[in-house]
Amino acid sequence: MKIHEYQGKQILKKFGVSVPRGIHCTSVDDAVKAAETLGGSVWVVKAQIHAGGRGKGGGVKVAKSLEQVREYAGQILGMQLVTHQTGPEGQKVRNLLVEEGADIRHEYYCAALTDRATQAVAMMASSEGGMDIEEVAHRTPEKIIKVFINPLVGMTDEQALTLANGIGVPEGSVAQACDTFRKLYTCYMETDASLAEINPLILEGDGNIKALDAKFNFDSNSLFRQPEIVAMRDLDEEDPDELEASRFDLTYISLDGNIGCLVNGAGLAMATMDTIKLFGAEPANFLDVGGGATTEKVTEAFKIMLKNPKVKGILVNIFGGIMRCDTIADGVVAAARETHLSVPLVVRMKGTNEQIGKQILKDSGLPIISADSMAEAATKIVAAVQ
Amino acid sequence: MSIYINKDTKIITQGITGKTGQFHTEKCIEYANGKNCFVAGVNPKKAGESIFGVPIFGTVKEAAAQTGATVSVIYVPPPGAAAAIWEAVEADLDFVICITEGVPVRDMLVVRNRMKEKEARGGKKTLLLGPNCPGLITPDEVKIGIMPGHIHMKGRIGVVSRSGTLTYEAVGQLTELGLGQSSAVGIGGDPINGLKHIDVMKAFNDDPDTDAVIMIGEIGGPDEAEAAQWCKANMRKPIVGFIAGVTAPAGKRMGHAGALISGGADTANAKLAIMEECGFTVTRDPSEMGKLLKALL
Repeated sequence: MKIHEYQGKQILKKFGVSVPRGIHCTSVDDAVKAAETLGGSVWVVKAQIHAGGRGKGGGVKVAKSLEQVREYAGQILGMQLVTHQTGPEGQKVRNLLVEEGADIRHEYYCAALTDRATQAVAMMASSEGGMDIEEVAHRTPEKIIKVFINPLVGMTDEQALTLANGIGVPEGSVAQACDTFRKLYTCYMETDASLAEINPLILEGDGNIKALDAKFNFDSNSLFRQPEIVAMRDLDEEDPDELEASRFDLTYISLDGNIGCLVNGAGLAMATMDTIKLFGAEPANFLDVGGGATTEKVTEAFKIMLKNPKVKGILVNIFGGIMRCDTIADGVVAAARETHLSVPLVVRMKGTNEQIGKQILKDSGLPIISADSMAEAATKIVAAVQ
Repeated sequence: MSIYINKDTKIITQGITGKTGQFHTEKCIEYANGKNCFVAGVNPKKAGESIFGVPIFGTVKEAAAQTGATVSVIYVPPPGAAAAIWEAVEADLDFVICITEGVPVRDMLVVRNRMKEKEARGGKKTLLLGPNCPGLITPDEVKIGIMPGHIHMKGRIGVVSRSGTLTYEAVGQLTELGLGQSSAVGIGGDPINGLKHIDVMKAFNDDPDTDAVIMIGEIGGPDEAEAAQWCKANMRKPIVGFIAGVTAPAGKRMGHAGALISGGADTANAKLAIMEECGFTVTRDPSEMGKLLKALL
């Protein structure tokens, strides 16, 4: 689960990390009022969407007067902000953060994430803040300093120093930088985050260290014990179809192709998508019906897939284990009837009660194309949509 | 022989009285020698009772002491799953299989580090499979987990995969071609887990009754590449490899928490290239896994 920058900064502040004073707003008038409340002579108007690269896309502007705050807030609110993470259609801006200006002497980068290989929390820092960290990692990997934190021990003073000295924090600010790293680590652990990134982390003219941005992802397995985080969820930022699917315990992700696919199991679902591509078409979605598919779930899955106007055919691939093929076949027939299915449908079923399932499909009188292997299913659906 | 488990393995089921635990325990008991293998259940509130003829104990330690069991399988719901793993580790079991899906990653981080710390101070090493995995099976001997037993056939091919249904797919293809399996192991889709591809490949390499292996991976993480590098230097048996997720878009979670592409080296294409370079027979067509393996024998 993702949250907005302004929410991320609230969390950082709660854990003692220094952040600029700022106010979240949803209208131009509120943005001007926020600037007045903050005082000073420089403000930053920042678009709040769940994607990075907002600055480059025109979603972050520095205002030097209240008139400019009004002007920029008006430009940004409601725009379709396109960044390298939003896709070409962009994301509509519904929220703003108005912040006091900062006196930036240097921009650093730091982040915490869980490292699979070492089974530790990796804290990374770099002297090259304010830019795309993947680019830094690619061009100058030596400029990324990493320490691996054993959760049983926590971050040691030595590790914090390694980071601070490694990225060249001036001596007078080292203690504050170390303190920031430790607090970020604590925050990461206590909120069950899967990524906590500050880019840039700045050194101010007076030597203070401050988080100028905040990006968080949270482990969805842990949300049951993080009610405060769940309360920050912004459904407007999420794909409405993916959201609808999650209500029926289906995992759905929309893609760009024209063949809808319905599969049980995440690995088999990915393999099915890959097979569709291998045989010359593109999948329209990822859809995992999980282990306990009922007629209702299969029908909902069909409805969600068919909402996508690009879908020209559907491929169902089920490996019946605990879930029986006849149950799925009943579901597919009911779903095809209820949705008045008008695009070609190929069904490949294997495993438990395979023959009964195939018979149900045949007896339904519906124009369902049957296949034995994934390759055959993909070939047939690709041919059917062309 | 086989890897990790066989007809003589004695198993404790943690979470045996829950809905999922009951459902799958019954099926495991029905499979091959299961009746003799599943010897104990654990539920502190129901100690002294029994289910499917299996006695229930208050703790793993007690269950192990009373029955001689050395392996446990966990169906405990996510909030308590990591604690259940730790209980089995503290009872000095040989092998723990955690089926539970949705275990908080932080809990897994903590329990994995506690396990490593225990080993480091000279404590008994317990192997962990999972969490979020289908379990493992040695056909015609014993099945521990949620896989459909009837698609398997006893034989000499090893199968290892992160994904459940994709493992069944590979097993189904092998069985149709008349190639039985020595063991099939599902290591699970979570980012912080126990046994990895490399560990299972080592076990198959050492198993005199395994002739060849199908190794299936997914996008995300360094595990498949690490296993491939090890195999290049050490594996004496032919391997067919497949990686799911060539079409997966970057930054999206595809059902499995571990299946997230973040950098560049963990894409399906990158992993397939490394596996090929390391001598695997790789395929981009998952329908071909069985056929390709047969051609290697």
